Amino acid sequence: MSTDEILSFDEAMEKYDPVLGFEVHVELNTKTKMFSSAPNVFGDEPNTNVNEVDLGMPGVLPVVNKTAVESSIKIGLALNCKIAESCRFARKNYFYPDTPKNFQTSQYDEPIAYDGYLDIELEDGTVFRVEIERAHMEEDAGKLTHMGGATGRIHGADFSLVDYNRAGVPLVEIVTKPIEGAGSRAPELAKAYVAAIREIVKNLGVSDARMERGNVRCDANVSLRPHGRERFGIRSETKNVNSLRAVEHAVRYEIQRHAAVLDSGNPVVQETRHWHEDTRTTTSGRPKSDADDYRYFPEPDLVPVVASREWVEELRATLPEPPAERRKRLKADWGYSDLEFRDVVNAGVLDEIEETIAAGASASVARKWWMGEIVGRAKAADVDPGQLGVSPATVVELSRMVEAGKINNKMASQVLDGVLAGEGTPEEIVEKRGLAVVSDDGPLLEAIDAALAAQPDVADRIRGGKVQAIGAIVGAVMKATRGQADAVRVRELILEKLGVTV
Amino acid sequence: MAAINRDDVAHLARLAHIEMSAEELDRMAGELAVIVDSVKSVSEAAGDDVPATSHPIPLTNVFREDVVGHTFTAEQALSGAPDSDENRFKVPAILDEA
Repeated sequence: MSTDEILSFDEAMEKYDPVLGFEVHVELNTKTKMFSSAPNVFGDEPNTNVNEVDLGMPGVLPVVNKTAVESSIKIGLALNCKIAESCRFARKNYFYPDTPKNFQTSQYDEPIAYDGYLDIELEDGTVFRVEIERAHMEEDAGKLTHMGGATGRIHGADFSLVDYNRAGVPLVEIVTKPIEGAGSRAPELAKAYVAAIREIVKNLGVSDARMERGNVRCDANVSLRPHGRERFGIRSETKNVNSLRAVEHAVRYEIQRHAAVLDSGNPVVQETRHWHEDTRTTTSGRPKSDADDYRYFPEPDLVPVVASREWVEELRATLPEPPAERRKRLKADWGYSDLEFRDVVNAGVLDEIEETIAAGASASVARKWWMGEIVGRAKAADVDPGQLGVSPATVVELSRMVEAGKINNKMASQVLDGVLAGEGTPEEIVEKRGLAVVSDDGPLLEAIDAALAAQPDVADRIRGGKVQAIGAIVGAVMKATRGQADAVRVRELILEKLGVTV
Repeated sequence: MAAINRDDVAHLARLAHIEMSAEELDRMAGELAVIVDSVKSVSEAAGDDVPATSHPIPLTNVFREDVVGHTFTAEQALSGAPDSDENRFKVPAILDEA
């Protein structure tokens, strides 16, 4: 396999202007497949989630999954698309063992959603509008595993094994219009766009949106043109770009590769490229050719889908608040700084903090607990913070105990450990572990007397007005009570004892 | 006469992965042209006020509720397969998609 020449990214940017385009496939999380009642489940035993429709047996009739159509309309609406009054399915004909029918049921000239846009916020807050060409319904293909001679399994005989469990899983393919003007931010925009799509379909509840399972898959189109030229260059289409990081890297790499090809005076070959995560490079797939003559025609086994305006409005009314708008609202409501808010978003505790505030905590207390105590523990346990087992109610209870002076912050942290260890509610754990702050003045006064007697010079200085010296006495009392005293109360009692008013 | 020539037939044969001899290509070019011409007569019968359709019955929105129905076992699924391995269909490797 030959290694392609590449130019440095900066040099590529100096000479050329990138134009991007994305095709993102979203697997819907319906219970059944697009055209058959077989279950849509990931990870089951091969060829067990199939029936005669998925296997393309003669004489079978597909029937459209209503929920999948509704999910598709929701995606279209969330992408600010128009929803087709009427649209049809079409057969995309090709021969490859991933479809047993020798065609994929898709949509061709009549997508269910078209002419939309999505505003993408880049890291520094710049908003970039990506125009959506269309979002259409189709079905996923089966999964091929290539085996044979090269792997040494079967001498000299290359073959593939096919599992059709994924065949017929509902897909929505979202296609952008050419994206111009991103310049050197093209790789960042690519990542942010796919992240936004993933977030939207997850927020809509129409997809599990797990990229590592292929629920959201991206094909990235890249072309370059010299600065100032309007006509697009020849594009490559990089497949198999299935993580956000990979999307960014693949776009960057293709820009660098195209730039080197153009610099050498050769034309870019219009072709499919395969992304390799290990080397962070692409290699040539097959060139676009006759094989792309899919001979689309309207699917005669299915009737048109008519989306009445009433139905569309009904679905629109069910849409959740768009994630970007929600973030803007929450940041303003909570009064976090840009940095604080970004940390909260990156830590993935937006929902948790919102729920904790709803349960009665202040915004700053909720942030302190989730970011200061829970996120770190979740990281250590290698789970999402929301999965750790701390409920918003627990956080509220702990913070109330601290505010009431019942326990201090250090104890609260121990109580949290107790909650996670399954020892009971915070109240029960405080009781069981004997963690309550000593609030009975009797034992405190004794400890204060002892501390003052041990450090008479400090006592004199405080009497003399040097109140800042009190730290030494408070420290001694806290030590004597093994940290269980309320430091604020100790300070008050010492001043009272010495007859100092501040 | 419909515009289906020998090259078109050869192209379609390649797309359909069908091997055809020179005589077959010649014969099919003629036969397909007749078939296309015959189908064309339908458009003569339909007036300008009849829109093109993909389905003979004017139905829309034939939907299924999203409820799980029957499935095959892997054995049933594979019962008609020419070859199988590890409960999966075994097919010749397709080289141009490596």
